[in-house]
Parts: sequence; C-alpha cells; structure tokens
Amino acid sequence: MTKLLILLVLVLAILAVAQLARVYELTSKLRGKREEDISPADNRMNATLWWVFMVVYYAFFFWLMWAYGDKMLPVAASEHGVALDALLNFNWVILFIVFFITNTLLFWFAGKYAYRADRKAYYYAHNNKLELVWTVVPAAFLAVIIIFGLRTWQDITGPASPDALQVELYAKQFDWTARYPGEDGILGATDFRLINGDNPLGIVTKESIAKRLAELAADKAEIDSTLHHSILPDGKVDELHAQMAKIDRQAGRIVNLRTMMEQDIAEKGDASAYVHGADDVVIKEFHLPLRKEVNLLIRSRDVIHSAYIPHMRAQMNAVPGMTTTFKMVPTISTDSMRLVMKDEAFDFILLCNKICGASHYNMQMPLVVEDQGTYDAWYAEARKKPFQAPPMAAAPAPPAAAAPADSTAAPADSTAVPATATAALKP
Amino acid sequence: MGSVATAPHAHAGHAHDAHHHHEESFVSKYIFSQDHKMISKQFLITAIIMAVVAVIMSLIFRLQLAWPGESFAFSSFFLGEKWAPNGVLDPNMYLGLVTIHGTIMVFFVLTGGLSGTFSNLLIPLQVGARDMASGFLNMLSYWFFFLSSVLMLASLYVEGGPASAGWTVYPPLSALPQSIPGSGAGMTLWLVSMAIFIASALLGGLNYVVTVLNLRTKGMKMTRMPLTIWAFFVTAVLGILSFPVLLSAALLLLMDRSLGTSFYLSEIHVAGEALDHVGGSPILFQHLFWFLGHPEVYIVLLPALGITSEVIATNARKPIFGYRAMIGSILAIGFLSFIVWGHHMFLTGMNPFLGSVFVFTTLLIAIPSAVKVFNYLTTLWRGNLVMSPAMLFSIGLVATFIAGGLTGIILADSALDINIHDTYFVVAHFHIVMGMSAIFGMFAGIYHWFPKMYGKMMNTKLGYAHFWLTFVAAFGVFFPMHFIGLAGAPRRYYSYTEFPMFNGVVDLNVLVTIFAILGALAQVLFLYNFFYSVFRGPKAVQNPWKGTTLEWTTPVEHIHGNWPGAIPTVHRWPYDYSKPGKGEDFVPQTVPLEHGEEEEHG
Repeated sequence: MTKLLILLVLVLAILAVAQLARVYELTSKLRGKREEDISPADNRMNATLWWVFMVVYYAFFFWLMWAYGDKMLPVAASEHGVALDALLNFNWVILFIVFFITNTLLFWFAGKYAYRADRKAYYYAHNNKLELVWTVVPAAFLAVIIIFGLRTWQDITGPASPDALQVELYAKQFDWTARYPGEDGILGATDFRLINGDNPLGIVTKESIAKRLAELAADKAEIDSTLHHSILPDGKVDELHAQMAKIDRQAGRIVNLRTMMEQDIAEKGDASAYVHGADDVVIKEFHLPLRKEVNLLIRSRDVIHSAYIPHMRAQMNAVPGMTTTFKMVPTISTDSMRLVMKDEAFDFILLCNKICGASHYNMQMPLVVEDQGTYDAWYAEARKKPFQAPPMAAAPAPPAAAAPADSTAAPADSTAVPATATAALKP
Repeated sequence: MGSVATAPHAHAGHAHDAHHHHEESFVSKYIFSQDHKMISKQFLITAIIMAVVAVIMSLIFRLQLAWPGESFAFSSFFLGEKWAPNGVLDPNMYLGLVTIHGTIMVFFVLTGGLSGTFSNLLIPLQVGARDMASGFLNMLSYWFFFLSSVLMLASLYVEGGPASAGWTVYPPLSALPQSIPGSGAGMTLWLVSMAIFIASALLGGLNYVVTVLNLRTKGMKMTRMPLTIWAFFVTAVLGILSFPVLLSAALLLLMDRSLGTSFYLSEIHVAGEALDHVGGSPILFQHLFWFLGHPEVYIVLLPALGITSEVIATNARKPIFGYRAMIGSILAIGFLSFIVWGHHMFLTGMNPFLGSVFVFTTLLIAIPSAVKVFNYLTTLWRGNLVMSPAMLFSIGLVATFIAGGLTGIILADSALDINIHDTYFVVAHFHIVMGMSAIFGMFAGIYHWFPKMYGKMMNTKLGYAHFWLTFVAAFGVFFPMHFIGLAGAPRRYYSYTEFPMFNGVVDLNVLVTIFAILGALAQVLFLYNFFYSVFRGPKAVQNPWKGTTLEWTTPVEHIHGNWPGAIPTVHRWPYDYSKPGKGEDFVPQTVPLEHGEEEEHG
C-alpha cells in the first residue's frame, strides 16, 4: 500500500513538472523563441555561474582542508612512512599549482568569452611553438615526479636486511593470525593440506603430518562406515565415494610431503626449512619492537586479502598460493602515539583492504609497537601459550563484531556468516 | 512521428504511424533494424535504463554508508525483506550492489551506451556513408548488448544474489561459491553476460573501424575527419585488441568454476577444507583483466573527449586548437593505454622493478592528456562561447578531467600508491576522471545531437538546471572522498563503525550521500526532458547549432541512406569557424575552397 502511495506521489509530481514545462514552452512559442537560440540573458547567466562556481569550488576545497586536514592520518609511525609523506607533499605542491592555474584559466575563459553577437571569435587553429612548450614542460615535471617516486619505491621494496625480525601475517576470512619464529629465529615451512584446528597455518612438522594423516584416516573410516551401515540414495553414495577419493588424494600428497621433508632434513640437517616449524609461535596478537626492522611475510588461506596498516604507510596483498613481503621499521610506539593523539584508546590497526567477503569491513587486528624490553616480555609470555583456536568445525571464525553482540550464532560454515554479520548490526 | 524514437518496448502506440511512411514493417524498422540511426537510439535507450538501475543501486549503498545500520524504506522498497531486512541493507547485498553498479556503469552505460550510441550515429553521418559497413552485424551488436543487459539484470534475482566480488571479479573470491554467496549462480550469469557483451563490443568495433577506413565520402581524408570520428576510431581499435583478452580471462574463470581447472587457484583452504586446485595464480587473472581494464578506461573516455572536442569547437565558434596535436594525443593515449595495466597491481607482490616500468609508462600518459587540456583551454580563449547545455557539459568535462587527471599522477606513483591503494582516494579519482568525464561527454553528445537523433529539440532551461545541479553534485560527491581516502578508509567497506580511527571523517559520508541524492534527482530532470522532447519537443531545424560537419547536411526526418541525393563531397577540414574573410561564422565541409583560400590543417 505504501509502495502504491509512493508511486502515486511520483506520478503526480512528474505530471506537475510536465504542466510547468508545457506552460514554459507555450510562452516561448508565443515569443517566437527557438530552443537552439541561446538568448543573451542565458549566455550572461551561465557566464556568471562559471565564475560563481569557481569561487564556490575553491571555497569548498579550502573548507575541506580546514575542517578535515587534521583528521587525515597522523604523522607516519615508520621510517619509510616519513619518506612517503614527504614525497606525497612534494607531489601535492606541484599538483596544487597546476590545479589552480588550469582551473582558473578554464572557468575564467568560460565566463569571459560568453557569446556576444557583436564579437567574432579569434580564428586560431594552431601554434607549434606553444604546443611544443606544453608538451615539454609537463614532461619535465613528470620526469622529476618519476625520479623521486621511483627512488622511494626502490628503497621501500628493496630486500630486507638478513637480521630483520621475520613475522608472518596470515589472512583468512575474516581475521588475521600472526606467526613469530621460535628460538631459531626462522619460520618453518607450511602446507595448506595440514591446516586443522590446532594447526591453523598448516606448519609442517613430523607431528602435524602424523596428526593430519590420522584425521584423514578417521574421516575416511567414518564415511566408510556410513556407506556400509546406512541405506542411502544413489546421489549420496556417489558423493561419499567422491569424498573418499578426495581424502585419498590428499593423504597421498601429504605422504609425498613427508618423504620430501625427510629427504630435505637428511640432506640439509638444521638448514632444512622443515625443522624450524615446531617452535613457531602462532598467535592472534600483533606486537612489534620499536625501531627494529621487521620483514612481514604475508600469506592467505582462502581469497585475496590485503594487509594494510595505514599509520605505518604499509600495505601488501595477501595472495593464496604465494608469500608476499613488506619490510618496515616502526619508529613510534603505541604509547607515544596515544600521547600525540591525546587518545588513550588509540591503536595502530592492521586491516583488510581487498574485498574478501561479507565481513570484509571488519577484518582487523590491533598492532602494538613497544620498546624492546616490553616486546621481549610479551614474546616470552606468548611462547608459553599454546595456540587457541576455535574448533575446526567452525572454520571461518565469525567476524569480531559479531562476537560480542551475538556470540551464540557462530556459523557452521562460511555461507552462514552473512546472517551473523547482519545480526551484529542490530542492537 | 516516423522519426520518433524508440526502444523496442516504448512505442506500441506508434506502430501504425510507421506503416504510413515506409514499406518497412514495424519489426524491421524499430526492433530488428539495420539502420545505424535506429540502432544508435536503441543503444541509448537501453543504456539509459541500465543507468537508472545503477544510480538507484548507488543511492541504496550511499544511504548505508552515510547512516550505517539505519532502516530505509527506500532500500526495502527496491530490495525487499530478503536483502534489506527491516530496511537495513544486507552486507552481502552491499557488495552485490557495488559490484553490479560498477559493472553496469563501466560496461553497459559508458562503453555500450556511449560508443554504441554515438559511434553508430555519427560515424556514417560524419564520414559521409549511407550506413555502417555491415548493417546486419550492427544489428547483432545491439541485440547481443540487449541480451547481455537482460542477463546482467536477471543475475540480481538469483538465490545467492548477484556477483559480489567487486566489478573486477578477482578470483579466488569470484571462483569459489564457498567464499561468498554471490559467487554462485550470480557470478555465472555475470560471466555469461560479459561474454555476450564482449561479442557485442567486438561486432560493433569491427564495424566502426571498417566504416571509417572504407566508407569515407569523396574528399574526406583522414586528416579532414572530425575529432569525434578519430576518437571513435581509436576507441574501436582499443576494444578490438583488448576485449578478447577479457573474454579469455572470463572463459578461464568459468572453467575454474565449473570444470575443476586451476588457472587462477592454488593452495586454497576454504570453508574448512583444502581444495584440490594447485599450480595456478590469482595474479594471472589480474594481468588478463587489467590488460583489458586499462584500455577500457580510455574506451570510456576517448569518445567523450571526441564529442566534447566537436561540441566545444562548434559552440566556441572557433576551430579546435591544435587539430593534429589532438589526433596525436588520441593515438598516443591509445597506444600507451596498452602498456600501463600493471599500475593496478603494484601491491600484488609483483616484482618491484616491473612496478617501476609501469610507473614510467603510466606517467607518460599524463603528457598527451595535458596536451589535450591545454588545447581545450586555448580553444576557449577568445572564443565566442554559446552556452548551450551541450557546451556546459563539455566545459564541465574539462574541469573533471583536470581534477581527476591530477590525482591520477599520485596513484600512478607506486610508492604513493602503497598507502592509498584501494582507499576512497581511488574511488574519488576514477569516478571523477572516468565516470564524471565520460558521462558529461555523453550528456554533451545527447544535448548536441538530440535534434539529429529525434528531429526535436530538448528544453534548454531544463538542460541548464540539469547541468548545474549535476555539476555541483559531482564535485560534492567525489571531492570529499579524496579526504576520506587520505584518512586511510578502504573502499568496499559496508560500514566504518568498527574503526574509531575513521570517526573524524565519517560525517563526510553524510555530505557525500546528500550530494548523491541531489545528483540523482537532477537526473530526473534529464529523463523528463529527454522523453518529453522525444515525443512533444519543438521540431528541430536542419542545422540548429550552425555546425560544419556532414551530419547537419542530412534532412531532419531520418531516411534510410541518410542523404536523399548523392553523398556530399568534402572540400575542407571540419573546423572552419569564424574564418577571416567569410561572411558567416562557419563554413560547412561541403563548401569548396575559394580560389586562393588556404586549407587549415590544425
């Protein structure tokens, strides 16, 4: 009923406009005016409006700068971030100048040269010299921009130093997990087929392989017993056989992995990537020591995510099937930043910046930057805690927002997440 | 009413009128027409309908962004209880809406709508041809476009919702129905619709290229073609070279989705299980997508620049400044657009050196773009500017092209991209430089060539209101987004309430939404003006804007073959406005050079 009423109002409104236009049209017909004859009054009005617009446009720009300039990101909290901000400001200076010159010319000409019957336009078809100038001058400015830009880019993307702290950031729908190396200082190898409840990152160790193989065998046995002890429709039987085949394939590949691991360890001993996983620290907290270079190793379990830490001016995509890296040196601790921002609750935030699903908008983890001593204490504590993960049945954890509002609605699979996410928004 | 216009579904009442004029049947005149002028109108009407859908979508998600979690009758009116329970937009549907809004605007409105309408209308008329090289392929091009539009709209109604992985549909999100509901049947329909769309774009593009190369009238040298034709021509070449790559990307994605291949998938553990796929790379898709995707930006933009070049020259009563430089910059932009795609992928983990190369090529594009802006400015300088609505939109395009082009320089700089990649800064940038510029070019084209399309005039006063409201709204919507982006706010977020760090700028979202509503209302003025004028507008004269190009030598009433007698011969370039020594302030291309008169070559 309301929809009908809305439609009715719309139709009436359109009819009203139609009648107004009709009246206008009839009067202009009476005056003998044709639509294509733009009257001197109209030309003047639009000319004035161009100038008015220019003023309003610039005023809007300055108002935004004034009202929101201080609400942009605060001072960069990383070494390269400071360089990036300087580069950005340098670019802004050039661009603002160009912006104001070209816009002023545009709106000035648009207003000044509005049609007058007593004037003839200046027939001016080309001027090679002028055109050369405005090809070469932008090229020169761009060369400067390119040179400065690429120099900064090279510094940021160059290899991390060998003694940088290695920290893995692992993304999945819809949360982040961090992994720190154990005493050996090296992160162990991983394989996505080993992922389960207590090994959310799929770290390769003899134990994790054995455990995963046992799990698969148990799964297979369960399906097998279902097949033998229940009466099932044909479709279901086929499905269960397919599942068993898949388990066999997976188990086969894990066995291959085990062989590879054993060979690698036999050849390389302690240099093998497979011996370093056992003492890795997997944790849903993200701490970094102040003024120490860290090399972030970024991975994803399912879809593409992007690890974005705005205050650090750091960002890199998390791509399933590959490891991407980003190195940085935090220069401001969380505590100092709280003082600067005059905000006790301030946190550096790691957030997801590549569309990844329903709860993309709330995939975040706070980053704590602290002095080496505090960090070391936290790390020692973290090493004692075994990883606490939700049981594997509830694979993708519900979005953090959902947890406080509706923690009972933990979904059984990812397709149920939307319901939870919606629920989170309702008080 | 013979020339009245007409989407296939909007003219039942005029069927009998048509029969009086021609022996052609209703079906062959209005539905399966092979006449380029009718096909152009079909493209336009379809694009307008698609644009209305996309604008309504944007209003729904703008309401959510301004007032997150609040109930809006507007949202539930269009989405129903399923996707907007109690009037609150569902987060999955939010992603669906941004995805389909982007897809429709980029492909169906600004590619199909813009090129389809104006390349079809103007190429034969301005080069002096009776019709397109192949009327039949041209008809197929429209009907493929129509079919793909219907499929895209149909995808909104499937069980899991429409495709919702963003208009760039990056796998694995778009490949795995387990990862997001929209990657089920909705995504399949999206891919099928796009495949058909690409067929349409290719059929159209081949026709445009062949027509421009082979069917120019006597005297119409390449260097005497209006800039519109140059722009449409290069656009068509870009489309022919790049759309097949998107087609292959889409086909590979379809195979990954349904045949178990692993082109884009590797080592994925989703919804509690490890997938069999190994060995592919999601980044491969991005390379293929952006190999089309970046030329696509210019497929959208070049026609608009061509249209405004023509409209500005005509209404400034002055030749376009630097005709040859304008052609050169169109060609340079066209060429460079093929070697810059990597600037969308600086942060995918690709080799930083490769990134450096893309920074270099991308910033090179700024040079021909700057040349175009300066040439526009010089054309306006000491002109005699007739403020027709088309002229207003053309000047508006130059303003958005400047504002959006400059922020492009920031984004092209890989180092700076690190901190603004995928933030609202990007949204602001491409909406201004690509969205607004292209749509302003399209509006300019509609106002300018409406008399040619429908034999009627649109209302000027409503045109003014439409322009100024749209122009103000465009900056009101997209200018503040730069600031939201510089605060670090990511795009495609359903709400920002979980992030205290964005509290300072979220009230800008309210401002943006208010301007968005204003902008949408302004389009109602346009729709009214357009449809009213189609049927009841005052009759047009043959050459209302006193233009020099060939389309203004055809009769107002459309006839098949365009010219009643012989095709006119061309004797001069198209920009002899206010030439010294001439009585009138324009000399049509068909007027022979006087004895001793020099031909201008820009």
